[in-house]
Amino acid sequence: MKNDITRRDALVLGVSAAALAATGTSARAEIKVADVPAPALPIEKGATLRMLRPVRFVPADEEVFRANAANFTAKTGVEVKVDFVGWEDINQQTAVTSNSGAGPDIIIGFGDAPHIYVDKLVELTDVADYIGKRYGGWLALAKKYGMKGKSNAWIGLPFGASGGPLVYRKSILKSVGFDRVPEDHAGFLDLCKKLQAAGKPAGFALGNAVGDGNGFASWLLWSHNASLLDEEGNVIINSKETIAALKYLKELYPTFIAGTPSWNDVSNNRAYSSGEIALTANGVSLYFSLKKDPATAAIAEDTEHQLLIKGLAPVSPMSGLTLNAMVFKHSPYPNAAKAFLQFMLEKEQYEPWLNANSGYWAQPLAAYADAAVWSGDPKVAIFKDTMKSNYYNGYKGPISTATGAVNADYVLVQMCASVATDAATPEAAAAEAERRAKRYFRRS
Amino acid sequence: MSVTTLPSRRTLQRQPGWLVRLFDYKPFLITVCLAPAIGLLAVFLTYPLGLGVWLAFTDTTIGRRGVFVGFENFQYLLSDPLWWNAVFYSIVYTGIATFGKFALGFWLALLLNNHFPFKSLLRAIVLLPWIVPTVLSALAFWWIYDPQFSIISYLLVDVLHIRTHNIDFLGTPWPARFSLIAANIWRGIPFVAISLLAGLQTISPSLYEAAMLDGATAWQRFRYITFPMMLPILAIVMTFSIIFTFTDFQLVYAITRGGPVNSTHLLATLAFQRGIAGGELGEGAAIAVSMIPFLVFATLFSYFGLARRKWQQGESND
Repeated sequence: MKNDITRRDALVLGVSAAALAATGTSARAEIKVADVPAPALPIEKGATLRMLRPVRFVPADEEVFRANAANFTAKTGVEVKVDFVGWEDINQQTAVTSNSGAGPDIIIGFGDAPHIYVDKLVELTDVADYIGKRYGGWLALAKKYGMKGKSNAWIGLPFGASGGPLVYRKSILKSVGFDRVPEDHAGFLDLCKKLQAAGKPAGFALGNAVGDGNGFASWLLWSHNASLLDEEGNVIINSKETIAALKYLKELYPTFIAGTPSWNDVSNNRAYSSGEIALTANGVSLYFSLKKDPATAAIAEDTEHQLLIKGLAPVSPMSGLTLNAMVFKHSPYPNAAKAFLQFMLEKEQYEPWLNANSGYWAQPLAAYADAAVWSGDPKVAIFKDTMKSNYYNGYKGPISTATGAVNADYVLVQMCASVATDAATPEAAAAEAERRAKRYFRRS
Repeated sequence: MSVTTLPSRRTLQRQPGWLVRLFDYKPFLITVCLAPAIGLLAVFLTYPLGLGVWLAFTDTTIGRRGVFVGFENFQYLLSDPLWWNAVFYSIVYTGIATFGKFALGFWLALLLNNHFPFKSLLRAIVLLPWIVPTVLSALAFWWIYDPQFSIISYLLVDVLHIRTHNIDFLGTPWPARFSLIAANIWRGIPFVAISLLAGLQTISPSLYEAAMLDGATAWQRFRYITFPMMLPILAIVMTFSIIFTFTDFQLVYAITRGGPVNSTHLLATLAFQRGIAGGELGEGAAIAVSMIPFLVFATLFSYFGLARRKWQQGESND
């Protein structure tokens, strides 16, 4: 995959051309746009903007994003300074910005950030309504993260989400008698047992891994119709569904490769890339890293993606790590900030950016499903509908500070790990998770 | 003949100005000289420490100002098995690692105290584990302990064929705990060894010569000369070592993040996990504050326990 575009190239060629060069796809499909009047956002005199966003997955992401920002400056005269921040630092920087009432005007944080700092944010309903109507409507996960709980007010503008479906070796599954991963728990367990017998087991993180650990724990619960919260926000983790999920894990865990309770976010990538395991769950980054390295290109060729298995859930219970933009009340230029975000979500800017990301981020708006990136590599197409998911951190309750904290403190991951390693019974582990979760939700 | 007397030199001298007199005033001069240091300490030590203690008595979270809740955070911690687990492991980690560092460090110091070729070069090399940034050595150990790619497992399984499968260093509680202790010992030995070597260098050779003339064995020379003479420096180094080990953060956070199943959380890592990652600043501060009594006790114990003069001067000499 070619990603070696310079900023100058992007500006000279135009961002669309740059994005297409990055993805190797051509803009065959046309994004359908509705003719909707844009909200009046008179830009303040002398406005300048500063924004933070998480660092790129691929160089083209940053190049196109910066080029889009430069286009906004060219059109409006508003200087935009974009800083790219490490993923682990963005939450702290958002907290400092929020508490001090100073700093960037705009931050693109992760999913629940706007719900934590809701009192410090400018409402974005006018922009969200316009963009939603113009581009076929916001997808379910975008609505969940973008809208304030129990209201129609938008406090964040989601820019995309990164899902973590199953990743497996086709040839190895075939060798143990499976064309694909079964959708039911019993079938999945049977597959994992056979993979283990074949010496190419499955491996899912049960360690303190923010993405992969929480991803697996959430899937395990959701696929058994268990959840952390009910619709009202009450902690209901200590339920018969959770205990059933943990009992299933007790059977499943012995089929995993050894050491998964100590795995962090990169451990499964390494184990899969080295051929130690044949099945795991991960974002598209694993596939691309295999594809780009000649030493592992054969593994990439043999790799297939599949949505996380449904189990007892009505649909595949997979959430996505969501980029969520917010505008702070302390900004002296709220209209300029809103206009900038609106500009970045318009087809001319957003489509090239989405394409440049090669599938790392999936769109929050229905119309962008026709973007060229999804008609390129068929193994990437599965990520297209990530934001159609109804599952999110804190499902089924309202998003709050506590839902993010439960994730960050690995409450659900450790509940699973303690049962898997026989440190606790399913009943005791569920009770302990309830105790810890209730502590976080005591003020919610 | 008339005689005119010249004015004395004293009357010619100008009286010193008020500023000069002010700076000649000793209490004022002392205050002025100490002010920068006191200011720096107040800004960079007292304020953060005071703020931390204050936060421990509030329910502050990231993104939300808290209110005073008294001892609520501490009451919760007393009922929290994870906090007790962190207390337990902090004590175990500190105890075993300090013992290991001192046993091996003292032994290494005694070896380095001998005369041998390239003595200075070897002493410099010994310092390397301590000089290397902790996170770098932690990452090296993380690889060494990796469940799939451990060099130790590779040697035992693929080269020596002693085992059939890899060692799961970090996947179960006690192996993970001891793996971290081993990493801490490896990292801490140089500090102890070099500090104790400095102490050994101060012992007069004439004491050993006299003892040898009296027919003392090597063990007796160590027992009655080296060890008592080293006690003051041992006390200081042990105090520092206990503090560094008890408050360790980087090794544990980089290698296990407190896992598996919270079994390797130290109080420092748990405080970070709750306060920063979990956003419960008040509770995180309470965990950090809860370390203070342990540290004070450990410091007093090693200071008074090891630095008593009578240990060095004979039991009957008070």
